Parts: sequence; structure tokens; C-alpha cells
Amino acid sequence: MENLMSLLAMNFFRNALLASLLASITCGIIGTYIVSRRIVFISGGITHASFGGIGMGYYLGFDPILGAVMFGIFSALGIEFFTRKADLREDSAIAMLWALGMALGIIFIFLTPGYAPNLMSYLFGNILTVSLTDLVLLSGLTLVIASFFLLFYRMILFISFDEEFALTNNTPVRLFNMILICLVALTIVLNIRVVGIILVMSLLTIPQAISNLFTRYFHKMIYLSIFFGFVGSMAGLIFSYLYDIPSGAAIIFSLVLMYGVVKMYFVAHKAMAQ
Amino acid sequence: MLQNLTYMVPLIDIRHLTVGYDENIILTDVSLTIHNSDFIGVIGPNGGGKTTLLKALLGLLKPLHGEVIFHDCMTEGNHHRIGYLPQINNIDRKFPISVSEVVNSGLMSKKQIIKRYDPKDLAFAAELMNQMGIYEIRNKAIGELSGGQIQRALLCRALVNQPKLLVLDEPNTYVDNRFEKELYEKLRKLNEEIAILLVSHDLGTISTYVKSIACVNHSLHYHPGNKITPELMEAYECPIQIISHGKIPHTVLNQHEQ
Repeated sequence: MENLMSLLAMNFFRNALLASLLASITCGIIGTYIVSRRIVFISGGITHASFGGIGMGYYLGFDPILGAVMFGIFSALGIEFFTRKADLREDSAIAMLWALGMALGIIFIFLTPGYAPNLMSYLFGNILTVSLTDLVLLSGLTLVIASFFLLFYRMILFISFDEEFALTNNTPVRLFNMILICLVALTIVLNIRVVGIILVMSLLTIPQAISNLFTRYFHKMIYLSIFFGFVGSMAGLIFSYLYDIPSGAAIIFSLVLMYGVVKMYFVAHKAMAQ
Repeated sequence: MLQNLTYMVPLIDIRHLTVGYDENIILTDVSLTIHNSDFIGVIGPNGGGKTTLLKALLGLLKPLHGEVIFHDCMTEGNHHRIGYLPQINNIDRKFPISVSEVVNSGLMSKKQIIKRYDPKDLAFAAELMNQMGIYEIRNKAIGELSGGQIQRALLCRALVNQPKLLVLDEPNTYVDNRFEKELYEKLRKLNEEIAILLVSHDLGTISTYVKSIACVNHSLHYHPGNKITPELMEAYECPIQIISHGKIPHTVLNQHEQ
């Protein structure tokens, strides 16, 4: 306990706390949207495509996250556009983008002279090294997403539930889809700092999977996902500190563990009831 | 003056409509006028263009040629007064949404992007759910409902905006017989107020409820009149014959039209 208290006094740890809170909120909201609308695979494509931007940042000497934002948004809009216009199977298009982004990233980093510092933190994340800039960006995004969902909650829900019906009602479906997919891309990219490219998808889906065991309503899924996401991140942070393991992996491990425990509780509960 | 009281008021004119996806033309030169008191059954083989016709009517597909003209009474604000009941398998039944949320989503076009619902609209939605017998389960998630209950919710959603024309796409798939009969009785009652366009493969049942028949198979053959004669019954079988015998049925239809 003493250990933990002294931990709280440390600056980097308070930053990590704030980062996990912001990550839980953004991923709680956006993840619920992704899971409900069944676009997890699209989000996976955006995630990996953004690695190309990180590589470009290294090569051209600007902040890799900036490159990731560019690649993320570009690929998100690309997927949105191509699956609608071009006669291309959506999953094939995404798989191609997925691999292309990774390939570009690898090529750029290979071409960059010398050692690529922090590369591992983009792949696996390191919540303990989030910078002030990261926190400011993540706070801004949290604000934008929270207000967008509060203002347009009904519209988002209805379009996600039945896009075709929304179109027959003359609602701005395309515009909403575009804004939402950009928010998905931004959420993914800014949370890369927290858990890394390889693990960010789980932060968008595991809290939702746990919540789905408790509720079948969109808004409750959002609140519960934020809660479980935060509990999981906290637990992961503490694990990572106590056993000196990478924080991203520890967070995901705690989340999966939490899912297992809750699921087992429900299974046991059901068995008892019978 | 008396002429203004004419029984049949045209709502929508479909004129020489050709629609399809890219180069794949599904419907060619289709014309149909829908009147205020119509109850049209749309029949035809799978892939014959029934759903495509609906999509063109709903504005989901742009015509390649021809046009769909909406008369003034069909337009309100920025949308057409059409209520749409899609095929149930277009719906994701695992989606986290409640029955009343589904029903209220029919009010979307009333410029309520941010605004709260009009209490009058909500009262009407509640009234509709009550009539359909789903008011008690309004707070349940759709994942917990039966096929028939989901259809009821979707029907409420289609009606909540008080449309002048109700369009239904295969409403009798995945529902039990009891609900099916109830649904058709409900439609007959609704037809006293609004026009109905019903797409169905179940020729036997719909023939007792609809007033006229449109057979869609790349083109459209309209059979006016509501008398169900044995000859007409034979004509209803046109889609089945088309599946097995190619182009023969069009001749059959023409014969029955005389």
C-alpha cells in the first residue's frame, strides 16, 4: 500500500492515470459505436494503416503521431469512399490497406538513418511516458467526442441501427458516417501512445464485450465500457509497476481477465438458477 | 367542385423508369401511378426487381432513365411521406437498441437532429405501440424479441411519421402465421386511410387483401381491379413459371389483362 501511495505522488504516474481515464472515455464511446455497427475490422485497417504515418514521421523528422493522424484519417475516408464507389469487396480493400500501411511504415523506418527511438512504444504503447502534448490532444479529442455524442446521440444511434431507413428519411447519413469514421481514426491514433498499435483494438472492443454481458442498450454500453476500461487500465498500470512489465500488455491482460471473471460469474449464475 | 371529390387522387407517378446498379440494369421502362386508396401487391420472381423498384421509389437508387414524380400532398418539409418497412433480415438483431428507440427513429426526418421530440409525436408513437401490442415491451432490447414482435416495432416505426403511402418489403418472412394474419388485417384497416404497396412472394395470401397486382420481372405488368378470378389466380403464378420457363409468362399476363 505504501508502495502505491508513493507511486501516486509521482508526476509520471499521475499523467498515466489521466491518460487511462481519457483513453477509457474515448475508447468507451467510439468502441461502442464500432462494435454495435460491426466495423471492428475497418477499425483494424485504420489502426495498421496509421503505422505508415509513424514511419513517415521518423523518416521526414516530424512527430510520428502527426503522421499517424494523417494516415489514419486518410485511410478512414478512403475506406468510406472506396467501398461505396469502387466495385471492390470491402474486406479485401481493408486487408490491402492494412498491409500497405504496415509495409510503408517498415520501409520508412528502414530508410531512416540510425536508430528509431521509441519505436517500441508505438508498437506496444507506454502509458508511463505519455507527454503533456499527448494529454492535451487526448483531452481535446475527449471533449469533441463527448459533445458530439451528447448532441447527436439519437442521430448516431438511428443511422448505425438502420442506415437505409435513415436515408429514406432524408437524414445526412453520409456526413455523419464521415465525421464518425474520422473520430474513430483519431481515437485509434491518439490511443496508440497508451497501448500501442498492436493492442489498441482491444481497448475498443474488450470493455464493450464485458458491458454487453450486462446490458443491451447503446447508452448503457457506453457508460459501462468507460467504467470497465478505466478499471482495466488501472489494474494494468498497477500490474505493470509491481512486476515491471510493459503497461500496454498489462492493461489488455487485465481487461481479458476481467472479461473471463465476469463471464464465468454469469455462466455460474445461470447454472445455479437452473 | 364535384370533380375535386374524385375518389382516386394520384400520389406518385413512376414514368418510364429504368434503374439498376452500374451497368447491370434491373428494371426497364417501368410506369406506375400510385393513388391515395391503392393497395398494390407487388409480386415477381427473386431477382426480378421488386426490391429495386422499392429502392427507386424510396430514393435509395437514382433512376438511369425516367423519373419518379411525387405529387404535392406526398411532400412535407424535406422528405416524402412514405413509411418504409424493410425486410427483417436487413436488421441487425443484436444491435443494442430498445423497441421505443426503434419506433421513435421514424420521427428522424422532422428536423429533430438536436431538438427534443415533440410530446405530441411521442404520444402518437405510444398510441401506435399500444395498438400493435408492443407498448408493454417498449423498453426491451430488440435482441430479446421474436420475429413478429420486431416486425410490429418496425411497422410502428414506418407509421409514426404519419405517411400517405406505406411500403412493405416481404413483411411475412420469419413471422408466425398468427402474426401474418393479424398483419394483413391491420393493413386492410390502414388502407382506409393510406395507400399501401406490398412486396410479397406469398401470392395466395396477399391476393385476398390487395386491390391490384403489379407483376415485376425486369418490366412491370399492372393488373387493375380487385376481383380474384381463377384466371387471375393463374396469373399470380407468373413468377413461379418465370423461374422454370423463361420468358413465357409475359404472354400469359398479357392474355389475362384483356
